[in-house]
Amino acid sequence: MSTQLTTPTDRGSAEALARSKGEPEWLVALRGEAAELAGTIEWPKPEKVRIERWNLTAVGSYAASTPAGSLTELPSVVQELVSEGTENLIVQRNSGTAWRQLSAELAAKGVIFTDLETACKEHSELVQPHLFQAVKKDEDKLTALNAALWNGGVFVYVPKNVEVELPLQSILFNDNADATFAPHILIVADSNSRVTYVDCVVTDNSAVSSPFVHPSVVEVFVKPGALVRFGSVHSMGESGVDMTLRRAVVENDGRVEWIIGDLNDGNTLSDTKSIMKGQGSTSDVKVISVGKNAQQMSLTTQAVHFGKSSDSNMITRAVMKDSASAIINGITKIEHGATKANGVQTEKVLMLSSKARGDANPILLIDEDDVTAGHAASVGQVNPEQVYYLMSRGISKSDAERLIIHGFLAPVVSEISVEAVRTQLQRLLERKLEG
Amino acid sequence: MATQFVIDGLKAEIEGKEILKGINLEIKGGEIHAIMGPNGTGKSTLASALMGHPKYEVTEGSATLDGEDLLEMEVDERARAGLFLAMQYPSEIPGVTNSDFLRSAINARREEGSEISLIKFIRQMEGKMKELEMNPEFAHRYLNEGFSGGEKKRNEILQMMLLDPKIVVLDEIDSGLDIDALRIVANGVNAMRNEDRGFLIITHYQRLLNYITPDFVHVMMQGRIVKSGGPELAQRLENEGYDWVKEELGIVDETVGQA
Ligand SMILES: Nc1ncnc2c1ncn2[C@@H]1O[C@H](COP(=O)(O)OP(=O)(O)O)[C@@H](O)[C@H]1O
Ligand SMILES: [Mg+2]
Repeated sequence: MSTQLTTPTDRGSAEALARSKGEPEWLVALRGEAAELAGTIEWPKPEKVRIERWNLTAVGSYAASTPAGSLTELPSVVQELVSEGTENLIVQRNSGTAWRQLSAELAAKGVIFTDLETACKEHSELVQPHLFQAVKKDEDKLTALNAALWNGGVFVYVPKNVEVELPLQSILFNDNADATFAPHILIVADSNSRVTYVDCVVTDNSAVSSPFVHPSVVEVFVKPGALVRFGSVHSMGESGVDMTLRRAVVENDGRVEWIIGDLNDGNTLSDTKSIMKGQGSTSDVKVISVGKNAQQMSLTTQAVHFGKSSDSNMITRAVMKDSASAIINGITKIEHGATKANGVQTEKVLMLSSKARGDANPILLIDEDDVTAGHAASVGQVNPEQVYYLMSRGISKSDAERLIIHGFLAPVVSEISVEAVRTQLQRLLERKLEG
Repeated sequence: MATQFVIDGLKAEIEGKEILKGINLEIKGGEIHAIMGPNGTGKSTLASALMGHPKYEVTEGSATLDGEDLLEMEVDERARAGLFLAMQYPSEIPGVTNSDFLRSAINARREEGSEISLIKFIRQMEGKMKELEMNPEFAHRYLNEGFSGGEKKRNEILQMMLLDPKIVVLDEIDSGLDIDALRIVANGVNAMRNEDRGFLIITHYQRLLNYITPDFVHVMMQGRIVKSGGPELAQRLENEGYDWVKEELGIVDETVGQA
């Protein structure tokens, strides 16, 4: 049975749960305050999507999880996502961590890759100054809810000048709709470090059919000269609502690269934002999405420029099938003083049925003269001339359409430099396009 | 059985306007037919109606390839039955590489499980591209995207060569080609000439026919074939234009479907 929103988010029970898990006092206090806020403030209000009509109450209740003895104990949907030969892996199952592994080599370099609950206890000095600093707990009900309830989670810390060659991988999944599934991912890349983090968020659909909500927050801190590549593919079940906020704060000459696959079967609110604080900081965002059935999505990318000579590029491409709808927002904001900044964005939607809906809303907000910025947006159906041309070479109608759809996404997918993300994205894309 | 392509009394309309007013034409394997005519006389409409373009509706008549009714078939089935149309304006398909497209087209003709091997495909494709003096880079470019007019035409011929059709319709394959490209394209066509394959070459200039000698030449006006002859007819059209044909037949406006 799903628990009503009010139950787990009152101050008393949030604090009690935190204490029972042995969390430090600063975190107990944060959760308590957030729980109280969650009861009073509003849900986020994305453009043209009435998320308050979604089933947002099914946040479930905390279910203690037992670590898996081996990866083979995990459901097959999870096992097949594990990158071959990976030595750096975290698996979250429902409310807690089921698997945790970091190579001795990286540990020796001072890299921390663990679940966030553990990190709060063992690395408070690194976590506390960052947790809920890029995303504030009092922004809206979603951030408050995540602050009050978050569990499991991931913490990455890469020390100064350390370069992590192979991607750090995590898989976050639920197989119990009644359990709270609310990860928080925190990445801190210290000066001149480099790291690639890749995750998949999935549902074991053989075990989940009732409603659930996945309120999730990602915070990334890119210190001067550091590079963070963040790849994430969400492919949760139809009965779920995914609400994920991702935010990076990028300092001087730092760079963040986001690659997001929004491939859930349920309603989705996805908001990915880079704040370019530092001079010469840069951001690149690629979002790929496929919608089907009556799915509703709000997909937002944002770039905020404070730093001089900062640069951002954002691309969203979505394919909408059946009666799916997506509102796609791109917001490039250049603040006063961010001279020589450059921000560009493109949103494209391909609709495969007359009932599908796609809106692209590019927005440029520019408070500085000495900048360059650009946007492009398009929404269209599969072009019948193209289908005819391909068919005139003997290719069947369904194969022709498949080629055109893949072709629509290919220019973005093929540019994904992290192979693990590209392969996973391609596989989950295939599943969704065929399904 | 030798290839036999028969068009009988074909009438077709677009957006309710009748453009083809009864076309009769028979092409046997080994023959090259040319259809000539000024702009707007229905030549491309004939090509599109044969291929099955969704905008064109056939209202009367038939078209059969080796006894099979083409007009009953979907576009892809017509192609697999052996019809190939090099289009006057080929589509651009972003994101789909030329080689992925070509391989899909070849495999569409093969049973599942007996797809062409990658090595064999690449060897074939590269061989034909070389014959057409195409830059190998064009294999990896997105289909026709950003191709010049001449590059698109060569790419059409490349497809023809790889797909090995029985009946080839070339619609204005010579437009936009400089003299070198024209020679290369003509060589490609001539290399494909054989007893089993028939060609229908649509053009409004005679110059392509200096390189590819047709067996029969037909003149199209007002959506009909109004005159037929041998190669000498093409030569006379080149020298004297179309006015004498119009005079002879009492035609004032040769176009069709224009208000
Ligand atoms: N897509 C179209 N929409 C409307 N009318 C068309 C279209 N294509 C052709 N037509 C009509 O058919 C006539 C013949 O065109 P077409 O077959 O392209 O001639 P040709 O190839 O001989 O130049 C045109 O004059 C025009 O009136
Ligand atoms: Mg024409």
